[in-house]
Amino acid sequence: MDFTLNDEQLMFAETARSLFADSSTPDHWRRMMEAGEAIDPARWASIVETGLTLVLLPENAGGIGLAESDFALIAQEAGYVVLPEPLVESAGVAAPTLAALAPDHPLLADPAATIAIAHPANPYVANADSAAAILLHQEGEAFLATPDQVTLTAQPSIDPFRRLFTVEWSPQNATALGKADWDLAFDRASLFNAAFGLGLAQRAVDLAVDYAKERQQFGKPIGSYQAVKHHLASAQVTIEFAKPVVAAAAAEIGTRDVQARARVSHAKIVALEAADKAARASIQVHGAMGYSWEVDVHLFLKRALALTQSWGTPAYHRARIATRIFTQPMGPDQTFAREADNA
Amino acid sequence: MDLTYTPEQQAFRAEVRAWLEAHVPSAPLEHFDATREGFEAHRQWEKTLKSGDWGMVTWPREYGGRGLDLIQWLIFEEEYYRAGAPGRVNQNGIFLLGPTLIEFGTHEQKQRFLPKMASGEEIWAQAWSEPQAGSDLAGVRATATRDGDDYILNGHKIWSSRAVFADWAFGLFREPGSERHKGMSLIFFPLDAPGVTVNAIKKINGHVGFAEIFLENVRVPAFNRLGDEGQGWHICMATAGFERGLMLRSPARYQVAAKKLAALWQAHKETADPALEADVVRAHMNADAYALNIYQTASRLMAGAKIGPEASTNKIFWSELDIHLTQTALSILGPQAELTHEAPDASPVDWIDDYIFALAGPIYAGSNEIQRNIIAERMLGLPR
Ligand SMILES: Cc1cc2nc3c(=O)[nH]c(=O)nc-3n(C[C@H](O)[C@H](O)[C@H](O)COP(=O)(O)OP(=O)(O)OC[C@H]3O[C@@H](n4cnc5c(N)ncnc54)[C@H](O)[C@@H]3O)c2cc1C
Repeated sequence: MDFTLNDEQLMFAETARSLFADSSTPDHWRRMMEAGEAIDPARWASIVETGLTLVLLPENAGGIGLAESDFALIAQEAGYVVLPEPLVESAGVAAPTLAALAPDHPLLADPAATIAIAHPANPYVANADSAAAILLHQEGEAFLATPDQVTLTAQPSIDPFRRLFTVEWSPQNATALGKADWDLAFDRASLFNAAFGLGLAQRAVDLAVDYAKERQQFGKPIGSYQAVKHHLASAQVTIEFAKPVVAAAAAEIGTRDVQARARVSHAKIVALEAADKAARASIQVHGAMGYSWEVDVHLFLKRALALTQSWGTPAYHRARIATRIFTQPMGPDQTFAREADNA
Repeated sequence: MDLTYTPEQQAFRAEVRAWLEAHVPSAPLEHFDATREGFEAHRQWEKTLKSGDWGMVTWPREYGGRGLDLIQWLIFEEEYYRAGAPGRVNQNGIFLLGPTLIEFGTHEQKQRFLPKMASGEEIWAQAWSEPQAGSDLAGVRATATRDGDDYILNGHKIWSSRAVFADWAFGLFREPGSERHKGMSLIFFPLDAPGVTVNAIKKINGHVGFAEIFLENVRVPAFNRLGDEGQGWHICMATAGFERGLMLRSPARYQVAAKKLAALWQAHKETADPALEADVVRAHMNADAYALNIYQTASRLMAGAKIGPEASTNKIFWSELDIHLTQTALSILGPQAELTHEAPDASPVDWIDDYIFALAGPIYAGSNEIQRNIIAERMLGLPR
């Protein structure tokens, strides 16, 4: 039993953190929003160059073949900068799904290509227009099509960096790939969106802390007032207790049993609750500034909102936890229990 | 990261389980705060535990422990709660003072106090709070006046849990004339020493769970001071770290409660509000998250990290989850919720008592308001 990250993982997270910190600044977000862009080519190029799109891809598909625990750290750092580019869905979910079906697919040979995924869990497909290809679902089978082989209808999202579409397509215009593991794709997406949520949450708190140290009212910084402190402390408590759940879910996802699915669901629920709570606390602490387009907190709120309802609603995920509770033994010796051991 | 137990850890679990199965009393003991008999029955249980060398598993062997690591401690606690073993009457000693003594005490002090603590021979109370010094502990007025090799203690302590029946207390005293955090020392005194008067105070459940203590010229040897003279505040904060961070509330307690809650829900779901299932699920999630957090902390500490201000987040989390969990049980029980355990219709699990006790969680061990201040100032860096 060792519930700590190893040095390699910490180094990895650090690399991602500094890359994002340099390239994903508020100035960048503003410029992209004004231009109506969801992808910054220069930033995407540096992400690709650093190898972040290859982390979870298996070695037989030209990837680095690391595990979900490693990619979750990157997703968390991506959340900290509310990364506009579809790194999580493309490199964390769609590409490994494609690789499991066709490890030699030419798309996988291009680490810069993004792949969108039309998973049955979601009515709207994110970033389908800019994707090199879209992974499509029909009765458990997977198909691949380019955006011009399908009909995309834009469904604008409140999140300026999320471009959503409904997709109409026919199997004649797509390449059949066979039965895909949609469940694993779903669990990965849920997990990485949870990790992303942790990043969103921490940044929302950090932005508010910075503001609360500067902004003065009644002759002192608002951060010295207890009501302000307590908003942020409460948000931080929620974050601290979502972190180990995300870490455990990432470590266990490969087990693919009732307990592992419940952990992933638990992670998705609490990490995005933390993001929502932190974003709302942050808006409150910023006062009217927090309600303005000018201050960036709304980006964190909006992404939290979007991710909360996609890849399984909280009710859906709660039901998976209920299944774990009511079909498996509970109790203090069951924290790390596996379905196979209890069979 | 490796979230599986080693064969040694599994063997250890089996050993604990077997021992507890053979020794845990078949009928529950009377509560240790309710009567002297209840208290003494628990002291007897502590002695039984010690006979199997389970008094305090993480302490070094030479001081009455077993020399185990924190993961083994967690496994021990899991089995302990799973077995429904009696509450630890000496928790102030073994979980709070003990770790502090190990960190700050001299070899002679450890030899003198720890083995008797681990065996239940001496049961401890914590005498920090005073009528005018609760949250603001730096405001304690009780004094320790040096007289040769002794101290003379004077003052008035209050809210001391289990002091009515306990043998010893550890308290915070100041050098006469000193102010605030300076000049404080942590000193041990026997509760039956001449000059000590202990008056029981009833808690809201009617138990004599705490007491006020009057000290009038109580003489104790300087040997009873933990750490250097004037270092009391520093030591006290270390103890508070143990209290909030790890030892006081091991996760198993809430995991057992969440399991009982799930069973209660199964038994009542035909008649109870269906919306309550979400709260049952949430109680499990909270207990699970708390366990994972503590496993992570234990792993980090074993890898050499030190417990920091994040200990305050634990205290808020467990106290709030306890209230939510017990309140959910009361909602499921409906009109049965208000019945005391003497009622013929009472639920076999005394949820109402658990709920009433949970309400104290946000107050003791430093109120949650104070914990939020600590998180804001020391974790987030907000100005004082
Ligand atoms: C069940 C139980 C067992 C206990 N056992 C022990 C024991 O064994 N030994 C012992 O020494 N003590 C014990 N205590 C006492 C406990 O530590 C104190 O009650 C606690 O520290 C709060 O102090 P107080 O009661 O004086 O409340 P006060 O300090 O008067 O506080 C009252 C209220 O004001 C709030 N408040 C105070 N200051 C601030 C501030 N700066 N900012 C925001 N809010 C503030 C508090 O949070 C609280 O809500 C126990 C208490 C309980 C309930």
